[in-house]
Amino acid sequence: MLLDAKGALAAPSAAKLYDVPRFGNVHLLHFTDCHAQLKPIYFREPNVNLGIGDAIGRMPHLVGEKLLKQVGLKPNTPEAYAFSYLNFEKAAQTYGKVGGFAHLSTLVKRMKAGRPGALLLDGGDTWQGSATALWTNGQDMVDACLELGVDVMTAHWEMTLGDKRVKEIVEKDFKGKVDFVAQNIKTTDFGDPVFPPYVLKEMNGVQIAIIGQAFPYTPIANPRYLVPEWSFGIQEENMQAMVDEARSKGAKVVVVLSHNGMDVDLKMASRVRGIDAIMGGHTHDGIPAPVIVSNPGGKTLVTNAGSNSKFLGVLDFDVRGGKVQGYKYRLLPVFSNFLPADKNMDALITKIRAPYESKLNEKLAMTEGTLYRRGNFNGTFDQLIVDALMDVKGADIAFSPGFRWGTSLLPDSPILMEHLMDQTATTYSYTTLSDMSGETIKTILEDVADNLFNPDPYYQQGGDMVRVGGMSYTIAPKEKMGARIQDMRLDGKLIDASKTYKVAGWAPVAEGASGEPVWDVVAQWLRTNKTVTPRKLNTPRIIGMDGNPGIAS
Amino acid sequence: VFAADWKSGGFDAKSLPETLKALGASGAQISTDIAVNGPDIAENGAVVPVSVTSKAAKTEFMAILVEKNPNPLSASFTIPEGTEPTVSTRVKMGGTSNVHALVKADGKWLIASKEIKVTLGGCGG
Amino acid sequence: MGNPMRIRASASGDVVEVKVLMRHDMETGQRKDAAGAAIPAHFIQTLVAKCNDKVVLDSLMGTSISKDPFLSFKFKGGAKGDKVTITWTDNTGDSRTDETVVS
Ligand SMILES: [Mn+2]
Ligand SMILES: [Mn+2]
Repeated sequence: MLLDAKGALAAPSAAKLYDVPRFGNVHLLHFTDCHAQLKPIYFREPNVNLGIGDAIGRMPHLVGEKLLKQVGLKPNTPEAYAFSYLNFEKAAQTYGKVGGFAHLSTLVKRMKAGRPGALLLDGGDTWQGSATALWTNGQDMVDACLELGVDVMTAHWEMTLGDKRVKEIVEKDFKGKVDFVAQNIKTTDFGDPVFPPYVLKEMNGVQIAIIGQAFPYTPIANPRYLVPEWSFGIQEENMQAMVDEARSKGAKVVVVLSHNGMDVDLKMASRVRGIDAIMGGHTHDGIPAPVIVSNPGGKTLVTNAGSNSKFLGVLDFDVRGGKVQGYKYRLLPVFSNFLPADKNMDALITKIRAPYESKLNEKLAMTEGTLYRRGNFNGTFDQLIVDALMDVKGADIAFSPGFRWGTSLLPDSPILMEHLMDQTATTYSYTTLSDMSGETIKTILEDVADNLFNPDPYYQQGGDMVRVGGMSYTIAPKEKMGARIQDMRLDGKLIDASKTYKVAGWAPVAEGASGEPVWDVVAQWLRTNKTVTPRKLNTPRIIGMDGNPGIAS
Repeated sequence: VFAADWKSGGFDAKSLPETLKALGASGAQISTDIAVNGPDIAENGAVVPVSVTSKAAKTEFMAILVEKNPNPLSASFTIPEGTEPTVSTRVKMGGTSNVHALVKADGKWLIASKEIKVTLGGCGG
Repeated sequence: MGNPMRIRASASGDVVEVKVLMRHDMETGQRKDAAGAAIPAHFIQTLVAKCNDKVVLDSLMGTSISKDPFLSFKFKGGAKGDKVTITWTDNTGDSRTDETVVS
């Protein structure tokens, strides 16, 4: 059945939605990838999230109606709005904004009230993604997480604040309050652990272990110079050793707080023994039900909890006789209209933002169309960025990194400085303008495509394809590296491998980059244009993906 | 060991077959007793941690070869009795390549391989 | 004489794990300097590790070992208080020896 844009949207029943009775005796609350979004926002889920190889048609590579069908959700409901892109504009108007730490805090308190001893886990990508997080060097999020009552945390984008800042927060702000865990971060000299690999906690008489798994490819996806003395990686053998060690110390429940990305979580769950659940993030997949993965040691639940403080995962275990006997999991959407703001958190956020309000609220332009980022190949907000880069820099071609964070804007709404920063706020958002040969352009696209479409999840980095402006191309995701990118054209003419093109970009990972911040370039363009017409998405022609349920147009 | 050993050790060879030949290991058999460990994706192509482990009895020699480097042989190790047949080091890689662990055990040559990807980087969720 | 190494040797039962960080440029001979002149090859070629007087590892290295080489290995039969000595020589004839006590 096709969705009718004018179709009646089911009335939400907040009481029912958030009525989640306690089950069992071990309780874990999980949020991840909030990307520093303290205030409620709009967030459009992707309509392209292709799976390759074994991942075809499997979670998380289902979109739209296929996704709803798989998890048994009805269209035109608050849940369909939360988990899919379907009917986005209409549903957004009906159900309102999502997330916001004051509303998340109310939900956390509600869940904790019925769950004595419950632990709140933060999967990382928490201290980056907003203007205030950048301008306060992450302090706004650190303070908000302490107020929220985070118990255990692991990390990814946190590292882009630099190793010294991360250490400072962990050793001062978090001391005695938040356990920062990562089994896979070691020093680059002798390979010594940088953080505790796991933490043991007792809950209602049950020993549990939370093992941290930071984003394995942090020094590759982000600048290595920000963490020069730390090495990451998947470290599967060490993960197994840590699970065994935690069990030998009496843990009856072992949970991995992961920032692997869901495909990597699924592979890890199939190979490492003795993990009860991997609660994951990084790929920003909001997955309503756990995926149950078999391995030589038994079964492991894999959950992923979306992004932008839009969801709270609630995992209950029934542990008796030293064993997990049963579980219940819910991924609760945070609808800010249906959850009153927590007063203390709201006051803290107001205080944090006060010095910056006028800067945040500068109206740069109006957008006529929806602006969003998520999708394997492009989003309208990235299109806006590459359009602005080409215009302002006088480039033939522009690249924008395949970041998965970034909030959405509804049609006919103002684009504020805050919204632009939601797309661009990193510690290395320099713009670049380079002369690149056609061959180099192809090499870059092939490299990124392999990070996304390598059939082995351990070779994936969990972002999206670099967004391309000005140039058209064809992609064959199932091909091998070097053969995926075809028919690259500029103004209809084939790109010449030996010819040089002017390419604009931003957020280079190499050391020594400098250049005007991308938000200045795009703000300048927006102020000049005043009104942004609906963007025409430059997406590649896709070959060999017919029938893949990870794409809907 | 002396410089003379180095000269005859296969370090000047410019391809995998040439290196195996120089070491007298052309007939090396693929073996699951040998493991080469390293990252799936290198964090830094100039410093790639690689370790080689052998479960084969009487392991007397181990070597690390990066197939696509100008000179594939990175290091070789003579393992005296009492030393465990496992060594770790860090190698330079010019690009994505198969990395091979070559082992001589009880007079036989054994080999195992792993692909390590060297990427441009820069994307992220 | 080269720069000093950092060596760790720790015993667990009768197995000693040794980790060594050398300081050496490990120039391949294939790089050029800013002026375009070839930078001559300069790299460690041999390494010998001893526990007291017994050789516990004997290694040859090529130019593709990373700058500031790292090596780790384990041997049986060592004990706390034993002396572990590492000696390298490079292609220019330079060499260096450092030692540590097993802890
Ligand atoms: Mn991430
Ligand atoms: Mn993220």
